[in-house]
This record gives sequence, structure tokens and C-alpha cells, in this order.
Amino acid sequence: MKITRKQFLKLGAGSLVALSGATAVAERAAGDRASPEKSNAASARRQYAMVIDTRKCLQRPGCTQCMEACHQAHNVPYINNPDHKIDWIWKAPFQNVFESYDSPYIQITLKNEPVLVLCNHCDKPPCVRVCPTGATWKRKEDGIVTMDWHRCIGCKYCIVACPYGARSFNFTDPRPYIKHLNPNFPTRHEGVVEKCDFCAERLAGDKPPVCVETCPVKAITFGDVNDPSSDVRKLLGAGLTLRRRPQLGTGPNIYYIV
Amino acid sequence: MRDRAWIVAGLALFFALFTYPLWSRALRGQRGEETKLALLMPAHQADCVMPVTYMRASHMKLLILWRREVVRENIHTFRAYDGKVYNISLTGTCLGCHSKAQFCDRCHDYAGVRPLSCWTCHVDPALTAEKLK
Repeated sequence: MKITRKQFLKLGAGSLVALSGATAVAERAAGDRASPEKSNAASARRQYAMVIDTRKCLQRPGCTQCMEACHQAHNVPYINNPDHKIDWIWKAPFQNVFESYDSPYIQITLKNEPVLVLCNHCDKPPCVRVCPTGATWKRKEDGIVTMDWHRCIGCKYCIVACPYGARSFNFTDPRPYIKHLNPNFPTRHEGVVEKCDFCAERLAGDKPPVCVETCPVKAITFGDVNDPSSDVRKLLGAGLTLRRRPQLGTGPNIYYIV
Repeated sequence: MRDRAWIVAGLALFFALFTYPLWSRALRGQRGEETKLALLMPAHQADCVMPVTYMRASHMKLLILWRREVVRENIHTFRAYDGKVYNISLTGTCLGCHSKAQFCDRCHDYAGVRPLSCWTCHVDPALTAEKLK
């Protein structure tokens, strides 16, 4: 069969139009199939959060049991030098923690007693965005902002990025400063950043974070904020809670009842 | 050309000294097999998480796999080749059977292989807070 140049061009143009139309239809169909799966996965995802009841915490002024227990469990060194100090969970003055809620006439106990603070395990963690080696990331399955100490090169960029000061740097070898060695948890070495990891190693064995377990007045509640029947959601639904610097858009997951 | 004798003698001396490690052992009547390292094997456990030949050659690959699974993928158990399930832990599982000083360190010293800096962070159960000071 002989084909003229005009017929050949017509045939070619027609096939191109048909092909592009078919791929567009196929893509749309694929998109329709994928989107419900995506939304299902998002709703099934956990996001661990904490509610700290400062009213209960303030019943015991000067109590440091949760901090002691955490630092012992994770081999956090006790360094007195404030420049080199390492903390996973600590207490800070109310006006520093909630600077926008501070006023000269604030309740006197809030003025005098410091507030418990730790890593906020943000929805959009700035530390993760800046880490150049991928040594810190937000876990997809439960929203914990965790670290791979093997990969940390000690650039301290995450320390600068964190608006809550939740990260500490090992300026010296921390081992001589460890009071009680927990052999089941590694120590860190010089030149590595560390912070709270919501006791990921305990959660793997279905145990709550050690601060939650230790608190003598049960001031800390821990759970999945995406689960409407969880204890944290019940507390959050029952009254007003505060978060630290929510205006920054980091989406902190530590809530405070004051 | 009058120095040929000196040159040959010098070269012979050089080669004799250079190959000293090779022939000295033969002179003393020792053989390579006798210096093979006898490592302390765990008394209460016959099986490792992988066959001994694999562990001898590729334990570092398994350790890297374990590290990735625990740290990155939140997987904490390992099903061994014989079906037994182990907890993934360097301190708990590996050092639960092997002694760091008598097993890891001895072989690495013998083989002249500098290990990665595992022990600056991972804890030897023989270590105590007092020893760290």
C-alpha cells in the first residue's frame, strides 16, 4: 500500500493527539485510586503527644524525680558547667517558657516555680529541616523526632534551629560525668547532639516514657493525639491548654495545663 | 667492576635481613597454624544469630543491618537462620554471649583491624559508672 506524504502527516498528528489523551485519562484514573489510600494512611498514623499539668507539678515544688529518672535511663551526663550542660528534660522559668503569656500580675506560684520543658516533637520540626546529614528525622509511624547518633557530625545547626532550646551538645566526652550507668542504653561521645526521644526504646516494649511513669503526682499524660479516645485527647478536649510559641508554626506536641 | 663482590654481598645481606620475618620462624621450627588465635567461645550458647562462617567473615554487615533496623526502621527483633528470634542489641544480645575484651578486642588486635568506634557509646556490660571516671 502506498501512502502519500499528506496522509502520513495526518496519521502521525492523529496518533499523537490520541496518545496524549489516553495517558492523561490513565493518570487521572491512577490518581483517583491512590488518593483514598493516602488519606487512610494519614488518619491511621499516630502522633505521640504529652499533656503536662503544671497545677499538679506545682504541688511538689523543687521535685526533680522525672528529670532524674530520665537522665539515669538515658545515660545523660551531669555536667555542672552551664555552657556544657546536657538536658533532655528540665525546668525553666514561666516567663521564659511562655513569654507571651507573662504579665507583672501573674499568679505568684507561676512566677516563682519553673515549668517542666522538653523536646516538643513538632509537627514541622525545624531541626529536621536544617540537618545536613539526615541524622535527625520525624518518624512516620508515630511522629517522634528522633536521632541517629551514628550520623550526627556535630555541626550544631539543629541547636540553632530549635526555638525551644531542646537540644544539647557534647562539648566534652560525657562518660566521666555519668552518675549511674544504664548498660541497656548507649552513652554519647564528644561532638554529638542529643535530646529527648520520647523514650522510643521503651515504647518499642509497650512501656510509657520514663518521666510519665516516674511522676509521683501523675502530672504528665502521654498518648496518641490522633486517637480521639486517648487520654491526651480527653484532657485537650476538657479545657484550655497552652503550647510553647505556637505562632512559629512548628506545631509543638507538648501541651500545658496552667 | 672491581666492586662486584661488595655489591653482591651487600644485596645478599639486604635480602637476608628483609626476609628475616619469613625464615626466622621456619628456623625456629614453628609453623603458621600454631599461632592461630583461640578465641573464647560462649559456654552456654552453641548457636550464633548466623552461621559461624558468616559471622567470621561478615559480622560487620549484620551489625550495620541491625543498626539500620533499630535506629531507622524501628524493628527490634531479628529472626535468625535457624528460626530463633533475637532481640536486636549489641550490648544485650552480642555481649550477652561474647566478652568484648576476650572476643571482639582480641581478634581485632590479632588481625590488626581497627574497629569502628562502637565502644565510645555502646556499653560493655563489664563497664561500670566507677570505671568511667
